[in-house]
Amino acid sequence: MDKVSCGCGGGSPVQLTHIEMQAGPAPVLSTVVMWRDVLGGWRVRWGMGRMRYRVAPGLYRVGEPDKQSPVLVTANYKLTVDAVRRELAGLSVWLLVLDTKGVNVWCAAGKGTFGTAELVRRVEAANLAGVVEHRNLIVPQLGATGVAAHEVKRSTGFTVRYGPVRAGDIRAYLAGGMKATPAMRRIAFGWKDRLILAPVEVVGVLKPAIVILAALTVLDVLRYRSLSWRVAADFAPFLAAMFAGGVLTPLLLPWLPSRVFAIKGAVAGAVCVAAALIALPGGAIAAAGTALVAIAIASYMGMMFTGSTTFTNFAGARLEVRRALPPIVVAAALGAVLRVAAAFV
Amino acid sequence: MQYLLSGDSLVLDQALCNGCGRCEEVCPHAVYSVVNRKAVVANRGNCMQCGACRMNCPAGAIAVSTGVGCAAAIIGAMRRGDGGGASCDCA
Repeated sequence: MDKVSCGCGGGSPVQLTHIEMQAGPAPVLSTVVMWRDVLGGWRVRWGMGRMRYRVAPGLYRVGEPDKQSPVLVTANYKLTVDAVRRELAGLSVWLLVLDTKGVNVWCAAGKGTFGTAELVRRVEAANLAGVVEHRNLIVPQLGATGVAAHEVKRSTGFTVRYGPVRAGDIRAYLAGGMKATPAMRRIAFGWKDRLILAPVEVVGVLKPAIVILAALTVLDVLRYRSLSWRVAADFAPFLAAMFAGGVLTPLLLPWLPSRVFAIKGAVAGAVCVAAALIALPGGAIAAAGTALVAIAIASYMGMMFTGSTTFTNFAGARLEVRRALPPIVVAAALGAVLRVAAAFV
Repeated sequence: MQYLLSGDSLVLDQALCNGCGRCEEVCPHAVYSVVNRKAVVANRGNCMQCGACRMNCPAGAIAVSTGVGCAAAIIGAMRRGDGGGASCDCA
């Protein structure tokens, strides 16, 4: 399943340019996130080199930590490390970076790579018991699906304390004596959280979208014997469907009807596609074909967003795929037949 | 927000529960509360079946079937002919 090679061997982990090896037990990690880090974050969210965006695992110093300083644990996805270190400005802590093959805490915990075995291994490899005098590890709460606190205690003597869900709460958590408030323990999944993954959804349908737009262009040339403004009018409903499925569905998720994401996507898609067809009308058969294909696309994209949320479950998603995928495929196929037929009648 | 079959497979055996409160601590959706040193499932409908509670229950009092709530992973597994093998493989 995991196609990524191990970071210790053939892979080429992305190095943080501002880590300097110094005398002492661990390299220093800067809390300053540079413009190229921000740029890198944008790049991976558009799907470029996402699985190679990693930091070398191991123990790092942030600030000037001593034997009493807290130990925070995180994953070696560079976007994750950036999100954590920028919140640590002015603090002195140890940061133990686990080798999660460049995957974030939540997803890696689900796979087990952010897990008990790796945590125990890193604690021992860093000789943490010799670096600090206390016996506490602050593990992000979303790592708990992979880490069994009582087993870590038994193997290493360190007590796992689950920190906040969000890196932005680390400072308040530490200031409060390693106590997380109920709000720090909850996943909010507000509109910013929902929208930040929209590029991934759009990139996911880019290739089929190009195929569809190319096919429409060919159909138009066949019908009108020339390339004209009508091609743009034909594109509009499909672009509207991509916008509905990839952007509007995540944004309006709590307010779109049904618990089924495919229905949410189809509803958003129907509204947008209808608007596009009304604004730029064509023949009835072509419009019907276009509507079927475009709404199927929006519905499919809506269904794909299940994987980006914080509240879906496996059994439910499997049920949704089994129930929604056949009608999506049938609608798309029927629509394609109608749209092609319309070019020849 | 709630999803299809939310919390469906979650089973808590209160007889085994030692009241440590780890389940309440690790749950990101406030599914548990601890009453009189026993955990109770207070908000089953919010459960996404991630398994953090089961993983961190030292008494083994929790059962829940886990997996990725991700249509892309499920379709990927179906295409490989591996119905049970759905896993995050975004790449």
